[in-house]
Parts: sequence; C-alpha cells; structure tokens
Amino acid sequence: MNDIATAWTTALALIGGLDPQLTAIVALSMKVSLAAVALAAMVGLPLGAMLAVGRFPGRQSTVVVMNALMGLPPVVVGLVVYLLLSRAGPLGELGMLFTPGAMVMAQTILVAPIMAALSRQALEDAWREYEEQLRSLGAGPLRSALTLLWDSRFSLITIVLAGFGRAAAEVGAVMIVGGNIDGVTRVMTTTIALETSKGDLPLALGLGIILVGIVLGVNALAQLVKDAALRRYG
Amino acid sequence: MQRSVVMANALLPLVLTDVSFAIRGHTIIDGVSVEIDAGPRTVILGPNGAGKSVLMRLCHGLLQPTSGTIRWLGSRNGKRRQQAMVFQRPVMLRRSARANIAYGLALAGVGALERRLRAMDVLEAVGLAQVADKPARVLSGGEQQRLALARAWALGPEVLFLDEPTANLDPGATREVESLIGQIHAGGTKIIMTTHNLGQARRLGDEILFINAGRLAERAPVVEFFTQPASAEAAAFIKGELPWQ
Repeated sequence: MNDIATAWTTALALIGGLDPQLTAIVALSMKVSLAAVALAAMVGLPLGAMLAVGRFPGRQSTVVVMNALMGLPPVVVGLVVYLLLSRAGPLGELGMLFTPGAMVMAQTILVAPIMAALSRQALEDAWREYEEQLRSLGAGPLRSALTLLWDSRFSLITIVLAGFGRAAAEVGAVMIVGGNIDGVTRVMTTTIALETSKGDLPLALGLGIILVGIVLGVNALAQLVKDAALRRYG
Repeated sequence: MQRSVVMANALLPLVLTDVSFAIRGHTIIDGVSVEIDAGPRTVILGPNGAGKSVLMRLCHGLLQPTSGTIRWLGSRNGKRRQQAMVFQRPVMLRRSARANIAYGLALAGVGALERRLRAMDVLEAVGLAQVADKPARVLSGGEQQRLALARAWALGPEVLFLDEPTANLDPGATREVESLIGQIHAGGTKIIMTTHNLGQARRLGDEILFINAGRLAERAPVVEFFTQPASAEAAAFIKGELPWQ
C-alpha cells in the first residue's frame, strides 16, 4: 500500500517538475500519433466520402472490409509492418525499422480504416439528406464528396479525435516496429508496459496519468467544438 | 432582380411519351404522355401518393423512367443547367445564406465576382438581405424556403420545378413563398409545381395536370378544372376537399 502511495507522490513530482525523460517520451508520443492521425485523415476521410457518395462495383465489400478493419489487433498491424520493413522485407531498403517513422506507419494503418468506416457512416447519413439537392444543382460525385466533407466538418472532428485516441493509446504495434529503444522510439504506452514489468511504478504511473489526461482533454475539446458549432451553424 | 434576366425559353416544350416508372415491381407512374409548353404556370395536382413528386423528379432528371421517353424539344440534351428545382424540405448547406446561393452559382460555372453580386441581388429580391451572413440552418422554416427559392432563382432557370414548396410552412410564410413564385413567373421562368392543396392550385395555377394513382387523369385550364372537371376522379377529389376549405 505504501509503495503505491509513494509511486503516486513521485509520479506527481515527475509531472510537476517537468522531468526531462518524461517530457521527451510524451513529446515523441504526441509527434508519432499526431503525424499518424494527419496521414490517416488524409486517406481515411476522402475514402469514407467516396464510399458514402459513390456507387461502384465492389463498394459494398469495401465497406464490409473497412468495418472489419476497425477491430484490427494492433499487434497484427505491428507484425505486418515489421515484415514489410525488416531487412528482407519489400521495404527493407528504407531502413525504417525501429525508427519513429515506422511507428507512424503502423499507427496510420491502424487508424485510417477507423476514420474511413466512421466517416463513411456519418457522411452517408448526410448524403441521404443532400443527394437530390446536390444532384439538382449539378454536382458530380467528386464535388458532392467534397461538399459533404466540408458540411460534416464538425462530426468529422470527433472522428479524427477518436482516431487520435486509438493511436495514442495502442501499445502493440509501436512496440513491435519501434522496438521501445530508450530515447529513440520509447513512447508513453511502451514505457508504461516496460516500467511496470520492471517494477518502476512512478514513471509508469506518471505517464499513465498524462495519457488519460490527454485522452480526456481531447474528448472534452471535441465535445466543446461540436456544441459550439451546432449552436452557431445549426 | 434585374441581373438574372431569363432569355426566351429555349428548352421547352417538354414532351413525355408513355412514361412509366416502377420501383421493386411497384408501378408509381403509369404511362403518362403529356406536352408541357412555355408560358402558363403548370400545377401538378393530386392526392398524396399519386406520384406527383416522382413525376416531377422524372421531368427534372433526378430519376430515369423505366419505360417511355422524356425530351426537351427546345434543346438537344435538355441540360439540367437551365432548370432548377425547389424541394418540399429545403436542404441548406452548413454555411451562410449568401454562400448557399454562391454554391449553386459556382456549380453553374459563374465567376466569383458575379456570384457575389448575384447572390446579394437575389437575397434582396426575396427579402433576406439582412440575414445574408447568418448560417442558413439557423433561419426559420419560411426563411429557409425563401432562401431555397433564391438559390434556384439566382441560376436564372428557364424552368423551375417546385415540389410542394409550402407543405411545411405556416400561412404567413406560405403567402410570401407564393408571391415569390408569382414574381419568378413574371420574370419569364416557366413554373411547374406540385401541390395537394386546392386553394394553392387555384391561386398559382394556370393549367392543372391532375394525377391519380400514377396516371394523368385530366389536364385542363384552372377555371375549367374547378368548375367542370371532366374526369370522375377529379370531381371526387375537388368535392372531397370542399367541406374543409
């Protein structure tokens, strides 16, 4: 019991004192996950819009695959990216394995289908409302998709942040492709896993507190933005 | 509104030849043949579920007929550009009133400066200039429908389709919308609208196309239609609504 109390105190001291090791880990986590979310949004949101608006052969099966990929186990993504980037793999020449770049790649693959599937759902609802009007005004599929993306921007913020939550909180993929190298590829989740198994609770706990804080903060922000937007734009 | 001067109608007449439309084996429009000419305001009248809205969507090109042909004789390909449609429930984009109008103009290939001028012109014409920069979705139902009219009007269409444009509006807003339809007609735009409201058909129509159960039951000038309907269905429809007028 005492150990845990000490761990809490030390953890809070680490956060309060802006411990350099801790801030470096948090910074790398943020960089990797934000980059992954940005990339995933660039792929996932247009894909979602295309699936919502387009009527093409294979659309239905693409939707099913996207929905299934939402539940992709991070360790499997890690394994696949590992195989791609390992020296004998097809992308081995890039020398990306065990770098933050590899972690961005893994998280992008993990998060893009989530954004595509969720945005497809949200945009399809909007499309039901807009379709006749936009077709009447002469909008083609591309224009319609862009209009839907812009008009649904506030719902999409929530989806992007859900993706961010997933990216920041996963441990399996970054552990495998990053290797959890101290000072290079060590992020919040991998550090928590490692330090906990080593019995060094204060750093793990401190990072855990920050991670939960970030996820909470991000969701609160999403809610605020959405509410404000709804009041303003209806 | 001077800027969107409507040119001589180069699109009409609109000719439907034996047009049918079925969905999942259920026939909604059944062998309609009719020629709609430039000039008089055409009101498609009929009970709920008669197929009025579907007929209008076929004419506008939002639906393709299962059989039969729809041709704009005045134009080789019956361009969507020269016609516009206002729906029963206006669909407002999540942006300002002005931007909603500019959006339609942009799709019609109008340049940015001209879009601004025309948008303000038409907003003024429908009495919405003061709310030009307000988000369209926070406007009242009546204002939204006037904005939808403005968005269609700004395109300077030769033909304007209106699908039950006042079905969701209160009497005051209905009057405003009806007066705007009159103005658009006066500007030279051909009006084709659906309604199930006899009073509105009388006020706004020059000729009536009476649709019942997917068929064109009767076509007549408005006075003749209401005083001496030729078909039994039309007579029953007019009578059925009389007690509540």
